[in-house]
Amino acid sequence: MTSPDSPAPVLRVRDLVKEYGDGDAKVRALRGVSLDVERGDYVAIMGASGSGKSTLMNILGCLDVPTSGTYLIDGADVGSLDEHQLAILRNRRVGFVFQSFNLIPRMSALANVELPLVYGGVGQAERRARALAALEQVGLSDRVHHEPNQLSGGQQQRVAVARALVTAPALLLADEPTGNLDTTSTKDVLQILDRLSESGRTIVLITHENDVAAHAKRVIRLVDGEIVEDRRQAPVEGVPPRMAAL
Amino acid sequence: MNQLEILRFALRGLLANKLRSSLTTLGILIGVAAVILLVAIGEGSSRSIQQNIQRLGANTLTISPSFSGGGGGGGAAGNTGPRTQARQLSLADAKALTDKTLAPSVKSVSPVVNASSQTAAYGAAGHAIAQFVGTYPSYFEATNKPVTKGTYFFNDDVLAARKVVVLGQTVVEELFGAADPIGRQVSVSGVPFTVVGVLKEAGSTGMQDADDVAIAPLPAVQQSLSGFGSLSSIVVQATGAETTTTAQSEVTAILNQRHGITANNPDYRILNQATLQETVSAATGTFTVLLGAVAAISLLVGGIGITNIMLVTVTERTREIGIRKAIGAPRSAILGQFLLEATLLSLVGGLSGVLVAFVGTRFAIAGIEPVLVPSSVALALGVSVGIGLFFGSYPANRAAKLRPIQALRHE
Repeated sequence: MTSPDSPAPVLRVRDLVKEYGDGDAKVRALRGVSLDVERGDYVAIMGASGSGKSTLMNILGCLDVPTSGTYLIDGADVGSLDEHQLAILRNRRVGFVFQSFNLIPRMSALANVELPLVYGGVGQAERRARALAALEQVGLSDRVHHEPNQLSGGQQQRVAVARALVTAPALLLADEPTGNLDTTSTKDVLQILDRLSESGRTIVLITHENDVAAHAKRVIRLVDGEIVEDRRQAPVEGVPPRMAAL
Repeated sequence: MNQLEILRFALRGLLANKLRSSLTTLGILIGVAAVILLVAIGEGSSRSIQQNIQRLGANTLTISPSFSGGGGGGGAAGNTGPRTQARQLSLADAKALTDKTLAPSVKSVSPVVNASSQTAAYGAAGHAIAQFVGTYPSYFEATNKPVTKGTYFFNDDVLAARKVVVLGQTVVEELFGAADPIGRQVSVSGVPFTVVGVLKEAGSTGMQDADDVAIAPLPAVQQSLSGFGSLSSIVVQATGAETTTTAQSEVTAILNQRHGITANNPDYRILNQATLQETVSAATGTFTVLLGAVAAISLLVGGIGITNIMLVTVTERTREIGIRKAIGAPRSAILGQFLLEATLLSLVGGLSGVLVAFVGTRFAIAGIEPVLVPSSVALALGVSVGIGLFFGSYPANRAAKLRPIQALRHE
């Protein structure tokens, strides 16, 4: 997939295994997944429920630890990092978008987007400017002071995308970002992801819908914790296929 | 990560549940206020008791006859030697105590005879005086009985056995009402006494009215009322507060010799004002500690309330903790936020508790003026903050230790 002389990929995963439970109840969610994702790529990971795609995503987002195997982000071995370094990694290198939005209730959209910058130690003025810029990117400049329960699902997910983007991470991970959205909102969110990909951001998303996967430059299919298909739909350097089609 | 930001998060967390936060605070408030108030009440009652004792006279020893010792069988001591009979206190005993070489710590000696329930009459008015005392002038100083009107009687009056008397307030009111008693004659059991002075009001100490008293020269009382028998007691004043114990041993030595006491069963008793004060102090001290302990329990209960609420908060906000961790909150930030929430609860509760206690100690409670003890304020406040840190650390630690994925999956 990648030529040996190319720069270090954003993601490098080798023989990733994840097991849950013990003894008879043991479940192997991942059975040796190896994968490289280059800078600027737009990858969709597909699979039926139980195929291990969410487990893979959680490990990629440093939310969970693999049973065995190595995982490098930007060349840094995640397995060798301690708790504090992991927190910094999650803060600076990875932006995570969840299926259920996961905004913090009773905090305005602006405060939610500012939060990663707060933990990153960014000063108040710069924090505000960057958060406003990120909200503008997702088209929510007029909703900055609304709290999550005053926003529609699509708007909440766009706030979540803005929050994931605000630290300018090397990698944007999206776990079924459109799973809880209606078709209009789905279109909005996918458009935003397409634009981000076009501007060179690396995106990995999980979906089980072919429509969503059609937006990606590369589609990986997981079955029972193993990669069974790895298909490229568009070159790494270039526009995502749906944008090109327009 | 800015400390101020963590404080902001903590405040936001507390304000999100105003009722719950204020109820938890109330628990600590009650605990702290109870500790401070009850200790203040204990201290107040202890002081008022001390004052009452002081009113009885400073640095004095009161020697009174005891019939259990001396000529008794000497049972407990098992003394087989010849025993003298129990002796009463005599004027000679009192004179012996004034010996400056044998008893250098003794300042004054006042022999006392008590003629109880003597009926005094002035014109048509009559009154049974509870305590009719015959003594020397030094008695006034030793027992702390100043005169407000008129004068004391003097050594001359004693030598001449003049029938003069100094009356207590109650007696004056009963016999004279509002009229000036100085220079008038009252008849006590038919014997006329001239009033020369009125004692300052002492107030009642317990059951006894300290103002229902009349004091006259010793020989005058002996002549006319009690007869020249034994003394009721001898009041000895020591030269200072530090010498009362020395004075007591000197007095003991002299009396033992005079009464022929060899074993440890004297035929007299010495009541040491200082010892009494110490005993009472110890008793009231125990009382204060007891009150404080009861209050401390309520403070502890308040602390457990904080743990409980923080555990509920952490459980309730597990998902939020997961989100915060997923976007890169370090463990220290989560720990700091929840620890600060707990500490703020207890600090606010503690401070308002101190405020309530300050207001509370302004009023007399059950007839006792509470006395604020500064150390109890510092202690209660310190303990309340300590409780916040201690009882908050378990839930906060639990929150901080959660793996992001565990926290996010929590429903």
